[in-house]
Order: sequence, then structure tokens, then C-alpha cells
Amino acid sequence: MGLLNALIRRKKEPELEKMVQLGRVVADASRCVQCGICGYNCPVGIPVRDYARQGLPVSDASCISCGNCVNVCPRGTLRWETQAHVIVMDRFAAQMGAIARGD
Amino acid sequence: MRYVIIGNGAAGATAAQTIRQNDATGEIIILTAEPYPMYSRPGLAYVLINEVPPEQIMARTLDWYEEWGINLVLGKAEGIDVQRQTVWLADGRSLTYDRLLIATGARATPPPYPGAVLDGVVYLDTLEGTEHLVQKARRARRAVVIGGGITALELTEGLAHRGVETHYFLRRDRLWSQVFNNEEAALLEKKMKAHHVHIHYHTEAEEILGDRKGRVRAVRLTDGSEFKCDLVGVAIGVQPLIDVVANSPIATDRAILVNERLETNVPHVYAAGDCAQVYDRWTQKHLLDILWPSAVAEGNAAGLNIVGQPYAYEKGSPFNACLLFGLHITTMGQINPRRDEAADEPQILQHISRGSSEVWYTYPRPYRSAWSAENDNTIRLVISGDYLVGALVIGEQSLTDSLRYLIEHEVNISSMVEELSAGGPRLRRRLMQFWQSILPEPTHV
Repeated sequence: MGLLNALIRRKKEPELEKMVQLGRVVADASRCVQCGICGYNCPVGIPVRDYARQGLPVSDASCISCGNCVNVCPRGTLRWETQAHVIVMDRFAAQMGAIARGD
Repeated sequence: MRYVIIGNGAAGATAAQTIRQNDATGEIIILTAEPYPMYSRPGLAYVLINEVPPEQIMARTLDWYEEWGINLVLGKAEGIDVQRQTVWLADGRSLTYDRLLIATGARATPPPYPGAVLDGVVYLDTLEGTEHLVQKARRARRAVVIGGGITALELTEGLAHRGVETHYFLRRDRLWSQVFNNEEAALLEKKMKAHHVHIHYHTEAEEILGDRKGRVRAVRLTDGSEFKCDLVGVAIGVQPLIDVVANSPIATDRAILVNERLETNVPHVYAAGDCAQVYDRWTQKHLLDILWPSAVAEGNAAGLNIVGQPYAYEKGSPFNACLLFGLHITTMGQINPRRDEAADEPQILQHISRGSSEVWYTYPRPYRSAWSAENDNTIRLVISGDYLVGALVIGEQSLTDSLRYLIEHEVNISSMVEELSAGGPRLRRRLMQFWQSILPEPTHV
């Protein structure tokens, strides 16, 4: 998400910038090898792997957004996603869809 | 309906779950030769390097099996009677099945020269073997690691990390020569040396020598000299575990042959994961694909077909990410042509693999590459015509997801091909600009 962060800042949309503040950890299941390093390094003991292997966002109320799991994953499975990312990716998907259809 | 699954790894456990999701009442039995719940085999490297304790790599709990109504049976399958639909176990027990999935996996290939059975020859392929290796590393003074892929480098890093004087033998003059270019190889070699690994170029073992008690004392090199060591880490590839089908009509090549539905040539018998060689419609060949995410995907596909939901498995675009000596390394799509191929032959492209994978497609189109290196961060792009077909990213990974998207969705990049081909520091910026340009202008949020 480093690239998207940079782009969101460059676009200078205040609403998007604000939305970068709040977010959640999301997972790309196709990268996950279920090693469990994520959960082992979680200070509040969330079983992060169980979310990651299914590609689900870590929707645990006790998550303190520390980012440890994102940092320790050796395969880049986890990333921090904000509302701004969702909006930008939705736009992007729409644009790519238009290109694919030849609009 | 009774489903029997031989093997409790990524493919077996995933298949069991998929079956249960589609059949609430059928009896599901997983037969496992290892006395643990399913664990992460790639996680063994992180146990060796002491990132996590062994119990942490258990990817399921015993409660999970109970919750999903999966009966985990400890025992080694020895043979299959396909007429009577029966699996024979080594201890004389037998299990009848209505549907059978063989998901036995693979094991490290032993060295092809004398000395493989000596005490001190170690592998990174099972939890038991890894715990043995960790024990050995406590007392070992000097280790030699043999093998050219990721697993050999993980072994090297783990042993060095545990304080063993570690020597890595390279048959030629460069690391991972089929995948890396000179700069990429030099970068990883620099990191290895910073981790106190001794790299030996043009060095090959031809025998492992033991003492009177059968313990490793040295390796003999091809130049005839002896190199003293008390541990030899071997990662020269893997062998599918297919002994169980040896005296059955189930067809094999290097592994068990299955079609796109993961069916063997025998009715009601399926195979998935490292022990399966799956038909690939693009290459029209049966391919081995020894990677964890592939085993999960094949297990899921097998599960669906077993419960009668026809599903043709299709191999995903090649992708691998790893962390070695502190460097994040990601490979996507196609990286290198095989240089020794005649020019008029189709180019066979290589991919970083764990030993014996065959995940590359023949790719006859001409290609060119673009290259950028800044400090310990490199990006190499492989471009064919107006499309990005491969990328290798070391270090900083912020562009990785975007590159993967451009490759997998075959996005036309003709507007920046020329600039990218120039490479250098502008490459990263140009990719960002491109990404920005394909995002539409904001209307309202």
C-alpha cells in the first residue's frame, strides 16, 4: 500500500487524506503460508493467521492497530487498509473495467 | 459417504474443510503419519531461525478437527486396493472409502552420493526433522549447506543465526544463476556475508564422510580435498511421496498424474498438492508445482470435485515472496530466459522455486528488461511488446502489488514502455505516474 499512500497524498484530496488515519489490517490469502508469525507477535493475542489464511480483514475489536503483524509477515500477506484505499481502488477497478470494455 | 484423505498438509486439510462445507453429514477421515495437527511447512524455516516456537506453526488446533467433524487418524498408509476401495495401513489396519484423496506431499531429496545416512545430514522438510536439526545446531561447530534454491538459503540463514559457522557451497560462481542477474546475486551475497556466512564458489561435494560412530566428520569435494564439518544441510530439491500407490493401477510419472479435476485414472481416487502432477491446459502437460498456495488451491479444487461439484483447477500466475537475510524478495510472472537455448526454440522461462516446481510457461515472444537499483532496493521488469510479463523486486516492496496487477490483468503499458526500458532511478517514479494516470480524477468522495 506504499504506492497508494503516496498517490493519495499526491492527489491532495483532503477527504482522502483524513481517511488514511483510520483503517484495518487486510490479508492477501494467496501469499499466506500459515506460519503464524503474525499472531505470535500480536500484543493482544489475536489469531491473525485465521483471518489471513481466509483472506479476511482482521475484524477483531481488541485490535490496537499497532501494525506488528504487518511488519513481521515474511511474505507480505498483510497490509494496512484505510477507507481511502477502498475508495481509490474502487475507482481504479471502474476505470480498468472501462478500459477492458473499450469505452 | 465416507471420504478418506491420506495426508494432513495444506492440500489434505484444505480439501477436508471444502468437503465438509458441501457435505454436512459424510464421514471425513484424515490419515496422517505425523503426530500433530496440520502445520505450516514453510514455517519450518522460521522455527529454525527462531522467529517462532514449533507449536506456533500449527495452523490448526485439534479442536478445529472436532469442530469441523473431521476424524484425524494417526497411521501410515501403505497401499491401496482400488477394487475393494480400501487403504491398507502399515500396522495392519485398513480403511474402506467411497472417495479417496491422496495428499501425501513430498520430502527432501537425499544427496545422490555416499554418506546420506550419516548422523548430521539434515533437511528442512518436516517438523520432526527441523527439531532434530535445531538440537544438532546447538552442539555443531561447522556446517556445510548444499543446494541452489530458497530452502538451501533458509537453512544457511537459520544455521548461521544459531551460531554455527556456516559454509554455503555454490557449484558455479553466482547465486541462483537461473533467476538473479549479477547485481541481484551480489546484493544477496553481500547480505549473506554480513550474516557471517562463508560462500564457496565453484565448490561441489561428492561424498559425505563419517567417523566410526557414524557421525558426519567432513565432506569430500570434487577436487579430492576434505572439508571438515559436523553438519551437512541438504536442500537439492524434493521428491513426491508416492510409495502408497506403488502396487496399484494408479498412474504416475514423477508424481501421481491427475486431470484438471484432480482425478487419477482410477474412479473415485484423487490426488492434490506436492504428490500430484496436475494437467495444465496451457502447456498441455502434467506439471509439478511444489508451492504452499498451490497445494491449498489444489486441495480446495479436489474437495469440490469429490463432493460432485465439477471444478477445473487452473494454475495461477507464478508468484513467490520470501524473506532471506533481511531482504524481501518477490518474483512474479516470468524472469529469465534459459540462455543456453537455441534462438529458434521457444524460450523456457525459469522461476524461483522450492526445488522441483515447473511453473513456467513456454513463451515464444521476444522480451526486454528494465532495471532500477538504489541502495539495497532493486526492481527488474520483463516486458514483452506492450505488456509487463514478469518482475523481480528486492528490498522495498511498495510497487509489488501494482506490478502484480499489471501482469495478471495484462494491462497495456505501451505509453511508458520506452521510458521504463531506459531503467534507472526514473523507473520507480514512472511506474507511480502511470498508476496515478490510470486512476480517474476525483469527482466527490
